[in-house]
Amino acid sequence: MGNFVLRHGTFSYLPPLTDEEIKKQIAYALANSWAVNIEFTYDPHPRNVYWEMWKIPFFDAKDSDAILAELEACRRAHPDAYIRINAYDRSYGKQTTRLTFLAQRPKEERGFTLERTIGPGFTQRYAVRPAE
Amino acid sequence: MSETTRLSAGVKPYAELGYWDPTYEPKDTDVLAVFRLVPQEGVDPIEAAAAVAGESSTATWTVIWTDLLTAYERYQARSYKVEPVPGTDQYLAYIAYNLDLFEEGSIANLVSSIAGNVFGFKAVKALRLEDMHLPLPYVMTFQGPPHGIVMERELLNKFGRPLLGATIKPKLGLSPRSYGRMIYEALRGGLDFTKDDENTNSQPFNRWRDRFLYAMEAVHKAMAETGEVKGHYVNVTAATMEDIYERAEFAKELGSVIVMIDLTVGFSAIQSMAKWARKNGVLLHLHRAMHSTFTRQKTHGISFRVLAKWMRLAGADHMHAGTVVGKLEGDAYLTKGYYTVLRESSYKADPTLGLYFDQDYGAMPGVMPVASGGLHVGHIPTLVHYFGDDSVLQFGGGTIGHPMGIAAGATANRVALEASIKARNEGRDLLREGQEILEQAARFSPELRTALETWGDVRFDFKPTDAPDFVEPQA
Repeated sequence: MGNFVLRHGTFSYLPPLTDEEIKKQIAYALANSWAVNIEFTYDPHPRNVYWEMWKIPFFDAKDSDAILAELEACRRAHPDAYIRINAYDRSYGKQTTRLTFLAQRPKEERGFTLERTIGPGFTQRYAVRPAE
Repeated sequence: MSETTRLSAGVKPYAELGYWDPTYEPKDTDVLAVFRLVPQEGVDPIEAAAAVAGESSTATWTVIWTDLLTAYERYQARSYKVEPVPGTDQYLAYIAYNLDLFEEGSIANLVSSIAGNVFGFKAVKALRLEDMHLPLPYVMTFQGPPHGIVMERELLNKFGRPLLGATIKPKLGLSPRSYGRMIYEALRGGLDFTKDDENTNSQPFNRWRDRFLYAMEAVHKAMAETGEVKGHYVNVTAATMEDIYERAEFAKELGSVIVMIDLTVGFSAIQSMAKWARKNGVLLHLHRAMHSTFTRQKTHGISFRVLAKWMRLAGADHMHAGTVVGKLEGDAYLTKGYYTVLRESSYKADPTLGLYFDQDYGAMPGVMPVASGGLHVGHIPTLVHYFGDDSVLQFGGGTIGHPMGIAAGATANRVALEASIKARNEGRDLLREGQEILEQAARFSPELRTALETWGDVRFDFKPTDAPDFVEPQA
């Protein structure tokens, strides 16, 4: 899977966001009173919901600079992980993520393979596994 | 009065029988309806409104003594307000129904009550059910969407933008294997969903079981290639409920995250599938096939906003609701009103959006509205501006017709969408700067560049047949 590019989150078909662009998205989240947090993983399986949390959500953050400093610290600690920034909306009727986007990709993206188990009547069972 | 007598000789006027009561104050628990009615020549509009109230509740064409065996004052619907629509021969008749008149949790019963006989009534030349208020105690007797917007997003792990789909075309004639190829290309290119069309059921050239097999091969292959969850709405519409369940079960076993039904299966079958979908953890997509036969004309039928409300209660996760900009009928403000009916937890009456009543859904989740029909990349900034994040934007021809291929068409749509969302979040105005935002994104995306060159100028500027009107109360 030499040219695999993980498609994940709100923006994954655009060129990688610059820090300046990341700051604008964080500012948008804060302006909406959404709680921002940072997560990372080495297992970006499409059904892996729970990436590792980098500290707890930054409920008290007033501006995007402090969060960008945390992002930089996370990048230094995990230079070869996927890192995403999430914005969570606690308002009634939502209580869910409103924005999530990658802020770092590993240099080499491994990708996935599709495993098939043949069943009766031309059916198959599918499994998506990390590529070797 | 003399004309009324001619139409229904020997019959007491409905108004006199208690079906008209301008002093009545609707109770919090009443079901309310507003009808647009055109009375027959010479028929008093108040008598026509009372007749509609009577026929949609306790009355029949003549006085019956058995009424006196009931607490009929409770069961009689009451028309409590009749307003002329200025400059027309139309009136808006407001009618209140006691909650006792309706069986809990049954759309079929609600529709048979409110729309059972009255639309063929001779005293009215034309009649349209414009809107309904359903009280919260009644709403709570319905299951509602099997998952709803929030749960769907969490299951799919997709946030912050509308979802993207495409209907596989041509909708008839493709073999299952060719059909699956198009699903695979569209999904690997960047769409979240592909879709069977409403009449793609189980024809001789493409039987349902074969189609599902190839569709699921395509879905899983695209998922492994992109690392994101993908889905294909397999249409399980069939002749009998038993067939529908059989097809849905098979789709679930193959790992499909979503199944689809058409409105044509009927209200009770929709409610059955809503239960099945919640029980089995499969999203439910509802296509509104046939709705325009009764929703489109301004003076006769049932407004789509009423159908949308019924279907939210019946229980769908997705429902087609119009595009504003595409090839199908839909005034921008009215369409926004439909989206409000489908998505919001509660809302206030708003005549500019065609919403006549307040509505509270309690904790019932929202339905994801689907915009489909004649859409292309050039529409994306406008669609995001009008509808925000919680919708599915479907591009059939606008994906498959891309000169560089189906996957490239899908990529063009995804790039245009992400660029629009990013720009909106940065504070840019999508209506004013939409074209410029797409042009900027096209600099790094040859797929988007080609799409803009192909479809940039295609528009569908026809005057809608239905638009909001502002009505002055009768003095």
